[in-house]
Amino acid sequence: MAVDDPQAVDHCRHRGRLAALAIAVVVIAVGVPLWWKTTETYRAWLPVTQINQLAQLQLQLSVEVEVVFSRGTLTAEHQKKIDPTHTRLEEHPTTVLRYRYETRYRTATIMEEDALNQPTAAETDQSLHLLSESPCGSVVIYVVPESSTLLPEGVSVYVGQRRTALLRAGRPMRVGIGLKEVLAHLETQVQQVLKVMSFSHSDITAALSDRVRLDYSSREGLADSMRAFKSSPGYEITFSLLNPDPKSHHLHWDIEAAVQSYIQPLLSKLAPVADFSLDSQILYYAVLGVNPRFDPSLNAYTLNADSLSHVINPVEARLGSSAASSNPVLNFLLYVPDARHSPLYITDHRKYTVVSNAFSSPRWGGIMVYNVNGTELPVHINIDMTRVMGVFLAQLRLMLGVQSSTPPPGFLVGPCGPAGLADWELDRLLWSRSVENVATATTTITSLAQLLDQIGNIVINDNIAEQVSAAVASLQLAVGQLEAGNLGLALQYSKEAILHSERAFFDPSLLHLLYFPDDQKFAIYIPLFLPMCVPILLSLLKMAAEARQRRRERQDKKE
Amino acid sequence: MQAKAGQFFSSGHTNNWAVLVCTSRFWFNYRHVANTLSVYRSVKRLGIPDSHIVLMLADDMACNHRNPKPATVFSHKNMELNVYGDDVEVDYRGYEVTVENFLRVLTGRLPPSTPRSKRLLSDDHSNILIYLTGTSRWNGFLKFQDSEEISNVELADAFEQMWTKRRYNELLFIIDTCQGASMYERFYSPNLMALASSQVGEDSLSHQPDLAIGVHLMDRYTFYLLEFLEDIHPASTANMNDLFKVCPKSQCVSTPGHRTDLFLRDPGNVLITDFFGSVRKVEITMETINLTAPMVFSIEIIIKNYCNQ
Repeated sequence: MAVDDPQAVDHCRHRGRLAALAIAVVVIAVGVPLWWKTTETYRAWLPVTQINQLAQLQLQLSVEVEVVFSRGTLTAEHQKKIDPTHTRLEEHPTTVLRYRYETRYRTATIMEEDALNQPTAAETDQSLHLLSESPCGSVVIYVVPESSTLLPEGVSVYVGQRRTALLRAGRPMRVGIGLKEVLAHLETQVQQVLKVMSFSHSDITAALSDRVRLDYSSREGLADSMRAFKSSPGYEITFSLLNPDPKSHHLHWDIEAAVQSYIQPLLSKLAPVADFSLDSQILYYAVLGVNPRFDPSLNAYTLNADSLSHVINPVEARLGSSAASSNPVLNFLLYVPDARHSPLYITDHRKYTVVSNAFSSPRWGGIMVYNVNGTELPVHINIDMTRVMGVFLAQLRLMLGVQSSTPPPGFLVGPCGPAGLADWELDRLLWSRSVENVATATTTITSLAQLLDQIGNIVINDNIAEQVSAAVASLQLAVGQLEAGNLGLALQYSKEAILHSERAFFDPSLLHLLYFPDDQKFAIYIPLFLPMCVPILLSLLKMAAEARQRRRERQDKKE
Repeated sequence: MQAKAGQFFSSGHTNNWAVLVCTSRFWFNYRHVANTLSVYRSVKRLGIPDSHIVLMLADDMACNHRNPKPATVFSHKNMELNVYGDDVEVDYRGYEVTVENFLRVLTGRLPPSTPRSKRLLSDDHSNILIYLTGTSRWNGFLKFQDSEEISNVELADAFEQMWTKRRYNELLFIIDTCQGASMYERFYSPNLMALASSQVGEDSLSHQPDLAIGVHLMDRYTFYLLEFLEDIHPASTANMNDLFKVCPKSQCVSTPGHRTDLFLRDPGNVLITDFFGSVRKVEITMETINLTAPMVFSIEIIIKNYCNQ
């Protein structure tokens, strides 16, 4: 027995050592990876390199320009020598923007010559439209001789309804003037026309205002950017008739017909830009929050421009808006003053009455005051929707970003056509919207990627990764189409990019898990793991001590 | 015209939003609801419409069983001012006021079914006022509903997310709670200005109890803030430096603090109405479009009738 005991004890101790080792191995080899895997947040893969590439946002915009020389503008020998195509590249290294203008030169066809023989510029414009249709984003310039009577005195450019312009040739074509000089002079004039009809550098940088810190050297530019709504997939337009005095005024407005004939054509033309939803309402006993003052010189009540800013807020509470969508709302209010305060005029800072009797507020909408005359009460009024819609249409154009900058001297801009929007104005809008969309989508995607990088414990689900990849793909396509000069497609892809990037950024699942400071993390883990780890550690230490002891004994025995 | 244009450009905002949150429940926290409703009332009076205010009240004091004057919430012990009013619009009420919902409102990550009135639809030209009140027993946290907290790091991260998505032009953050200054310590996004009712280590005290209602009606800081705001009207030119002077230590017992290092403009140039009111910029409409009378319209009717046969 005495002999067996040490062996048995040794055997037991050996088994104990093996058990401790096995437990330690299981804890380290299986437990630690399992804990790591189960406590990590699921993060789907995101195309980060592509996002970083897009973040540099090197945009190249291509414009196709066609310059058509009519009879009398080029001498015969110039016509033979002229190079049919010419590309001009304009670079702006500070904003990594590049503009490429591809110009094609040709002479006018017989039918075009006939069209150019019309008595006035407007009629010429109409007949030229019947001949050909230019694609979205391109510009066609017809050069007419200096002696031509098409353009009135002092006017060198007439901008038409579609995408054409009539340009009066600068100097008489004398024999001996080199082709290069002629073309160079023409080039400067063409550049001016393009700045008006296509886009100018300041327009594009204004559209990039999110990313490019501008110094607003032009006040017009800043006012434009603050006035127009930001690019949004849809807008809601509400027309409201405010009747504070229903006892005296029985108002009737045929809003449906007016919207159909005047507003709907504009909105249909703007369909590629955004979706619009229209509604209208009549509010009774709705008053303006400001008391107008009686002006004896005008024998009428006046609202001064300074007090106009306080008019909107009390009314806004009663306007209401659709609860279902989060699209920006444009409100157009028609206010018919009550009998006691009729007639009511709006005066500007110099105390002159405003012809339109209307004012607007940036990113909100417009208000027009409509005076009615009536000797015997109650007065039945059929509101003259043509006049009203003329004002609202002008305000709507401003709100949607159709810029109203004054054209340079010598330019005559033709009427804008039945839809209330000329084709080249639409092109301008499309250029700035595409660039704005691309810039916004890129900013959204890059900031999302940065955010997810910074905050380590946000879960990235597969659907978010899908949206991000789709946004990146659409952005790449949009940038490519801008380079190729296909404006319509570029806008479409840029809208898709915005849609996907917004969906990815505002996905409800991206709320980061609650922040745990380090001391709280320790407070959670220590009671769980410490009681388990302490025996393991101690037994490992004991085994290591015994092993060292045995090695020392063996060394002693050897010696 | 030049002066107006100058003012148009100086502040850079075209609309105002307000997010007013009361985070505590139970009847004895009546004063927090009264705080929030006082700010709500001032903000509405100065012009911000309900559609631009997100009001979150964690408990209902006006219709509480213990309220001896139902449907009212008073701010002063002589029951002079009923801040509940008759057109209050509470967007998040009761148990809907949680840290998660508050962060979702700020960052915009709400489920698609959320109605417009519960969203903060601000853009890059919005000035936002955020007012928080509640209890907080220790440094760096604010209690919500007595069961969860929001930490100053989460708040700073939420503001950073708002900045990266350009959801505000300038933001004014006011907090009335114990150790309130700790809540704005961690901010790091630009264009933030913060005010708190007390410094780290100090308690924010309540103003006065009302013997009929039986609880404290307001906190000191917000009481004097309300007094200050009652003197402001939409055309007032008071600026932020006046706001910083509200409730000095002699009246408040705690020392109110403020933080302006992240703000780009000088506080002396910032009007109170830039945040608390909603002064709209207006432009006279100079151009109109001459439309032709609806000859086209009548042809359309004829064609429609023809096609309907």
